[in-house]
Amino acid sequence: MNTSVEILEAGYDAERPLLEIQDLAISFATSNGEVQAVRNAHLTIMPGETVAIVGESGSGKSTTALAAIGLLPGNGRVSAGRILFDGEDISNAGEKRMIELRGNSIGMVPQDPMSNLNPVWKIGFQVRETLKANGLPSGPGDVAKVLSEAGLPDAARRAKQYPHEFSGGMRQRALIAIGLSCQPRLLIADEPTSALDVTVQRQILDHLDKMTSELGTAVLLITHDLGLAAERADKVVVMYRGQVVESGPSLELLQNPRHPYTQRLVASAPSLASRRIQVAKELGVESDELLAPGEDVVVEPALPEEVLQIENLSKVFKLRSGFGRSTDFTAVDDVSFGVRRGTTTAIVGESGSGKSTVAQMVLNLLAPTSGKIIFDGVDTSTLNTKQIFAFRRRVQPIFQDPYGSLDPMYNIFRTIEEPLRTHRIGDKASREKKVRELLDQVALPQSAMQRYPNELSGGQRQRVAIARALALDPEVIICDEAVSALDVLVQAQVLNLLAELQSRLGLTYLFITHDLAVVRQIADHVCVMEKGKLVETGSTDDVFDSPQRDYTKALLNAIPGARLMLPPEVA
Amino acid sequence: MATYILKRFLQLIPVFLGATLLVYFLVFSLPGDPIAALFGDKPVNEAVAAKLRVQYHLDQPFFMQYLLYLKSIFTFDLGQDFSGRPIAAVLAEVFPVTARLAVMALIFEAVFGIVFGLIAGLRKGRFFDATVLVASLVVISIPIFVLGFLLQFTIGVQLGWAKPTVSSAATVQDLILPAIVLGLASFAYVLRLTRTSVLENMNADYVRTASAKGLSRFRVVRVHILRNSLIPVITFLGADLGTLMGGAIVTEGIFNVPGVGNRLYRAVLTGEGPTVVSIVTVLVLIYCLSNLLVDLLYAWLDPRIRYDA
Repeated sequence: MNTSVEILEAGYDAERPLLEIQDLAISFATSNGEVQAVRNAHLTIMPGETVAIVGESGSGKSTTALAAIGLLPGNGRVSAGRILFDGEDISNAGEKRMIELRGNSIGMVPQDPMSNLNPVWKIGFQVRETLKANGLPSGPGDVAKVLSEAGLPDAARRAKQYPHEFSGGMRQRALIAIGLSCQPRLLIADEPTSALDVTVQRQILDHLDKMTSELGTAVLLITHDLGLAAERADKVVVMYRGQVVESGPSLELLQNPRHPYTQRLVASAPSLASRRIQVAKELGVESDELLAPGEDVVVEPALPEEVLQIENLSKVFKLRSGFGRSTDFTAVDDVSFGVRRGTTTAIVGESGSGKSTVAQMVLNLLAPTSGKIIFDGVDTSTLNTKQIFAFRRRVQPIFQDPYGSLDPMYNIFRTIEEPLRTHRIGDKASREKKVRELLDQVALPQSAMQRYPNELSGGQRQRVAIARALALDPEVIICDEAVSALDVLVQAQVLNLLAELQSRLGLTYLFITHDLAVVRQIADHVCVMEKGKLVETGSTDDVFDSPQRDYTKALLNAIPGARLMLPPEVA
Repeated sequence: MATYILKRFLQLIPVFLGATLLVYFLVFSLPGDPIAALFGDKPVNEAVAAKLRVQYHLDQPFFMQYLLYLKSIFTFDLGQDFSGRPIAAVLAEVFPVTARLAVMALIFEAVFGIVFGLIAGLRKGRFFDATVLVASLVVISIPIFVLGFLLQFTIGVQLGWAKPTVSSAATVQDLILPAIVLGLASFAYVLRLTRTSVLENMNADYVRTASAKGLSRFRVVRVHILRNSLIPVITFLGADLGTLMGGAIVTEGIFNVPGVGNRLYRAVLTGEGPTVVSIVTVLVLIYCLSNLLVDLLYAWLDPRIRYDA
């Protein structure tokens, strides 16, 4: 969005910052007393400029942005410092003044398109009231114009629909339309696309870029994704635990991070430049090959057997359409692939591509409509109850949401011990010993045994989920979006842990994810799914370096920061 | 939508048959001879008693009685009560009174419950909120007959602000005090429901987004907080209308309201099967219809709900 130059030429007062945050401190009143959420935050946005605040969840980035539009939650307050909007201190401005500013001076595009539109009002109504409140013409034509400018097709008809009739991407367009409808001078975009698929994300961000540069709007972009920030913003501000630890021009900061936190963030940001985590290969077969005689001869190592074979797998769901009628929906359509022992195969696709349905069928939680899943030479659909019980011991899942997949009433010991008890393995003492070993393996302190999931962080919980999956010494682990809910740094740690466990225990992973950057880091083979069909398979390097299908190319292009050139040592 | 409503009406048929059969059976199995009871302290005249038994089909077996009763319903001839008045006329006399009482109670609980609940929710933890919370808890925990007599005595008798009893005409003015007593428990419930719902919606993302659009506080509250918060409240109010119509026996007794509850109570005491079953049948129908109304209201309030099938 390098529009600051154009704005200068257009004659704006480019000398005075549009938004200036000085030594800002924000605290929340809680039952445990005052809690400091933000300390000494400072940032400057010139007219027409895009500035990104990057940080993990809980770093205070959203809180800072909300303070700038005067929408801190009821128990939060600005306890020190100033927020200057066009020279005026608004840090303690009255509600009346803030209402004047909101909409036509400071606009906002919120994070989650699913929860930010009122479900009981039509989209058009929600746009119209914005225009009306800011004294702009608000006829049906004006509403349609605002919506179509945000890239919503067939806007006049769409305006008469309710939010639940919109897809996530369309809702986000509606929210962008609302945020920009009154042509504010500053737009606060709080993770505007983090809830969307990567391809949709790219379209929306491109469109947002185009609109804001046409209108000369300055943007305060809040994101956890360093790649995205660097790609979209002129300047990046890194926040960590409520403090600004580093700020500067995007590329400079990315190439030469000075603060240790920024360095870690840059190092662990999954981007295209990163390679497969090498632990497995260093400890595995290939290091022996390097020592083998005949240097220039590439020795094809004997391919390990396929532990899992998926043959012509299909799943058809019947969708009820009333009065006993039903329509068929093919979620998975004739998918075949194999998974070799000790390797990682990733299934990639957007939401609705059928990748999780495949995972559920492989886990034998869902019966396929047709096709076979052959595990270790046996068709899993022929197993009887007892054999399924044995099968479950060998194939274990790790799910996406570490908050939802651990029973809040079970302490960590009981959570990890449960599979052992279910399968009647060992006595009490040996089970406890095993749990201790497992905690060691996933690098959790043994003191965690008596704690409950709500006392652990997201990364720690996912470690518990991994330990639970490992308890039965399985051969195959199905990871369904196992790292998607985690912050990048934690994500990198968990991926490293998985890679290390693989090399140590010879595990086979089937990795379901929508995130190609993660695939690059963990997978040996990739299967790309689109609308239930397998569109491309191959080794990770092949698929990434020379994608064959347009869909794969679009997915790859959509990774934020993909086009940025990073020096190899930080990537 | 039309098919949905039709389906719901068809569902009324088994409910209607089941309810009448059950009530008829219960009345049938009441101990004591209703005809003998009619004579009071006087000796029973066997000839008259036998004639009456035939007139009210009491000489027939249970199922025959029930079928004859059903026949009388579908021919719109509900028969007579024991004092010889047509039951249809009795229904036409008592139901309007109770309907008036129930609607007044409903308006009272809706208006005050929603307004107080909204204010309490918006001012969570402040003085007003704490006061109405405690007050509503008190109201919920005291039995309705205690509250009834208390208000009748203080407001009706001592202060003289309202009439302590109801005249046979049962005018709106007469019914103010009974309606408040009848609506009190639900009022406290509506208040708490509204408050909880408002608190939930206040922190919703779309409310913050609405503020970020530059809307005035009043508009944010009215359009985005109140409207969404009313969905569970209106659902409750609709279902409550059915309850108020049938559940007014205690209140009607205290204030001597000539309504459904009073008449039903008397009919049960004297074992007038046809009268009891007629009243209960109408109550069941009202209850079913008010539930249908609630479901339709629900779809109207929340566009995500559609009854396509």
